[in-house]
Amino acid sequence: MAQVVVVTSGKGGVGKTTSSAAFATGLAQRGKKTVVIDFDVGLRNLDLIMGVERRVVFDIVNVISGEARLNQALIRDKRVDTLSILPASQTRDKDALTKEGVQKIIEELAKDFDYILCDSPAGIEKGALLALYFADQAIVVTNPEVSSVRDSDRILGVLQSRSKRAEEKREPVKEHLLVTRFDPARVERGEMLKLEDIQEILSIPLLGVIPESESVLKASNTGTPVIMDAESMAGQAYTDAVARFLGEEKPHRFIEAEKKGIFKRLFGGRAA
Amino acid sequence: MSWLDYFRGRRQEQPASATAAKERLQIVLAHERIGRTREDFLPKLQQELIAVVARYVAIDPGKVNVNLDRGGDMSTLAIEIELPAPAAMRVAANAR
Ligand SMILES: Nc1ncnc2c1ncn2[C@@H]1O[C@H](COP(=O)(O)OP(=O)(O)O)[C@@H](O)[C@H]1O
Ligand SMILES: [Mg+2]
Repeated sequence: MAQVVVVTSGKGGVGKTTSSAAFATGLAQRGKKTVVIDFDVGLRNLDLIMGVERRVVFDIVNVISGEARLNQALIRDKRVDTLSILPASQTRDKDALTKEGVQKIIEELAKDFDYILCDSPAGIEKGALLALYFADQAIVVTNPEVSSVRDSDRILGVLQSRSKRAEEKREPVKEHLLVTRFDPARVERGEMLKLEDIQEILSIPLLGVIPESESVLKASNTGTPVIMDAESMAGQAYTDAVARFLGEEKPHRFIEAEKKGIFKRLFGGRAA
Repeated sequence: MSWLDYFRGRRQEQPASATAAKERLQIVLAHERIGRTREDFLPKLQQELIAVVARYVAIDPGKVNVNLDRGGDMSTLAIEIELPAPAAMRVAANAR
């Protein structure tokens, strides 16, 4: 059975699209047939992060309106052959996305794919609600920062009350906490929320911690999901998180500040 | 950049990835800006092409693939239409 996984957060700019691209690529690298859908209608960006922006012909709205067939809108990744991308449209008409339309697309994708990832837009409006409505699992992306934690809490409430599973009173959506842009040095200095505090407040299982890392910007510049950068801490952290998502046990890494040598402490040093 | 950077061996150079970012953006935005003032012609182009081909051959509209690669100087649009076996083509021709 295909699993529908929403990557959501409430707040914008916390790393949903970065994480969607990384997770989709990671699952596909592990041999899972994976499709990642951009739900951010009007502000398409997943295509850029995945590096397929030049190949977009049709988008999710063209499919819903019947202008194109689903397999014509799907972009097959050239690096990982089990990975496909369904782009969002650039139309300003947000009503172009309908529940019935999305349902048909997900049902059709479920025949061919193991994982259907939904990259949610920010907010708790229509687009975000549609992205999470059909979810079996949710990856809640949170930064160690007060407003992000509060928004994550709100989106958890929405998952528990307004998802299809909730409406049908079935087994609830399985929730995972993904803490991103984590800066251990700032946490140690007391400038940012501690991991334990975030977990205590949200009280959902921790899937992974992705460190704040310069490699994320580099990855988006070149359109290569950061998980493909096996050298980078962020890439390794995403690889671990994908393994945990698939049921493996992996200790959490990159959650403590590097002990700097005297030279580095004097002159500073930057994370890779 | 401070003088200390010389000791650390860091040189002021344009990182390669930022150059890639600029090039990618220039290409995709050039195309998107055109799209904002003019309606996207691709869905219509595809429908009309299918209609023309269907006049000659019985094709399955689901077996039509459109591939696009946007470039700076040149874009390529590849339309791949799977044609049925010769027997089915004869039937279509006779039906006309
Ligand atoms: N682990 C990270 N380290 C550094 N920057 C990051 C990290 N994750 C995301 N970012 C940056 O944060 C910004 C927002 O990320 P994005 O994935 O687009 O968030 P969202 O989809 O939630 O709006 C981007 O500029 C991205 O490069
Ligand atoms: Mg996003």
